[in-house]
Amino acid sequence: MSLSHTDKNLTFVLRLCALISAAVVILILVFLLKESWPVLKHVSITRFISDASWHPAQSLYNITPMLSATLLSTFGALLLATPLGIASALFSRYYAPPALAAWYRRLIELLAGIPSVVYGLWGLTTLAPLIGQLHPPGVSLLTAILVLALMILPTVALTVESALLAVPAAYHQGAAALGLTRWGMIKGVILPAAHSGITSGTMLAAGRAIGETMAVLMVAGNVVQHPHSLFDSVRTLTANIALEMSYAMGDHRAALFVSGLALMLMVLLLVSMAEVFKRRPVYV
Amino acid sequence: MKKLSLFAIILIISATAWSYFKTNTGQPDNVIKKLTLTGSSTVAPLASEIGKRFESLYPNVRVDVQTGGSSRGVNDARTGLANIGMASRALKDNETDLLSFTIAMDGISMIINQANPISSLDKQQIIAIYTGKIVNWQQVGGNNAPITVVNKAEGRSTLELFLHHFGLKNTAIKPHVIIGDNQQGIKTVSGNPDAIGYVSVGAAEYEATHDVPIKLLPLDGVVASVENVRNHTFPLSRPLNLVMRETPSGIEKIFIDFASSAQVNDLIEAQYFVPVAH
Repeated sequence: MSLSHTDKNLTFVLRLCALISAAVVILILVFLLKESWPVLKHVSITRFISDASWHPAQSLYNITPMLSATLLSTFGALLLATPLGIASALFSRYYAPPALAAWYRRLIELLAGIPSVVYGLWGLTTLAPLIGQLHPPGVSLLTAILVLALMILPTVALTVESALLAVPAAYHQGAAALGLTRWGMIKGVILPAAHSGITSGTMLAAGRAIGETMAVLMVAGNVVQHPHSLFDSVRTLTANIALEMSYAMGDHRAALFVSGLALMLMVLLLVSMAEVFKRRPVYV
Repeated sequence: MKKLSLFAIILIISATAWSYFKTNTGQPDNVIKKLTLTGSSTVAPLASEIGKRFESLYPNVRVDVQTGGSSRGVNDARTGLANIGMASRALKDNETDLLSFTIAMDGISMIINQANPISSLDKQQIIAIYTGKIVNWQQVGGNNAPITVVNKAEGRSTLELFLHHFGLKNTAIKPHVIIGDNQQGIKTVSGNPDAIGYVSVGAAEYEATHDVPIKLLPLDGVVASVENVRNHTFPLSRPLNLVMRETPSGIEKIFIDFASSAQVNDLIEAQYFVPVAH
């Protein structure tokens, strides 16, 4: 069966769109490489891992403390937000009375819509002084993790809920016919069936946590160091770019693009990890 | 539909052509002149206010202000990318090919939380605190509490001036918090009773007199105030400069003369800077 004229046109347009989307990603990579080239040209790539510290004005370019800060804050935020998000979705889908569930969902959607800088301001003026009473200076890895967790919680909750909604009704009926309790059904049938949706939702949230800039900039303290405790001040890769870009010249500027490149590679790694998880077969 | 779009295209082309010929054949007074200023984000808000007033006096001039740091201001003035550069510092030794015009003064003040009983610190104590040799307020006569050192991000002219004044290297500083702009610094110090930081005197004095719990520390026995920055007695101060590649002429000269005159004193004060003596 040959394609109709309209189909041919549509195929062409869709192919063009796909090509453009793919090209944008490639172009961003090329752009980052081009902008970081001035410093990569005469500073070997190993110095970005082996230098004594990050002091670009004095030609010291170690970005590993910021890599560890980005990873730790993202991981910490996921550790808090994932169970809470899944619990929130299960509550609104299976345990809340319908009227309450609708309002609850609206509330979560509202939480997702709050701009990150508002979370940052709240973290800086309210959360940081509280944590500072526990252990100064208050702005720290812990503060960043808490603010990030709050920010990605709605992302996790909403994606998990839509994954739960996608579980076929027949599974519910089957579970009910077997006489399973509500929790037995969730644990034995629903969660395994929604597994891949939950994983990709978590990865989406992780991407948001990695990319978050303003809120982290305000609450993490921004000292470039490998944290020894939760109360240490840290600087993430994104905060580094936002903090220094407007004043950076020459090699300093190019070095910031190298941190952008590192960030991009990290996100690519995350996305490919999500793909691997998704391909795992689901047994129900 | 096709006719309509053809008509629209013709309209756009003729409008463009008309405006092109208009700007090229009109009287010199009608020519829209664009004045681009780039550089220090400290000077930019002031320059932008001055620009607005300048535009109202000279309606055929458009003043475009962009930020990017003092280094960019100097660079753009040198390469001619901007008509005038802005720098919140004096020109460096390797920048003597340029000319600078001081339009206002800005001072940097050490700030601590109001709850902190310390009333003054000398230069050596500040150096020791910032290099991590003094880590508790008790060592300088305060409460038994660990000091939170607040430093500025690399590349900021406030940091440069601070390091220069105290003869420090940024690698030697052991900060607990690094901040971007003045407001972030004031918020950090006002929220932490054991923090010490430094920000513009103008901003600090304004916030301190508007119920924000911060305290300005005197330096070398001189009170950190706008008044003392104006009369050049406060040691930690800096000029806010306009930078040019060559002796200004034409509209650039008119603008720089205007920005250096007493006609903009109220604008300078509104930004918590200090007008220079005329």
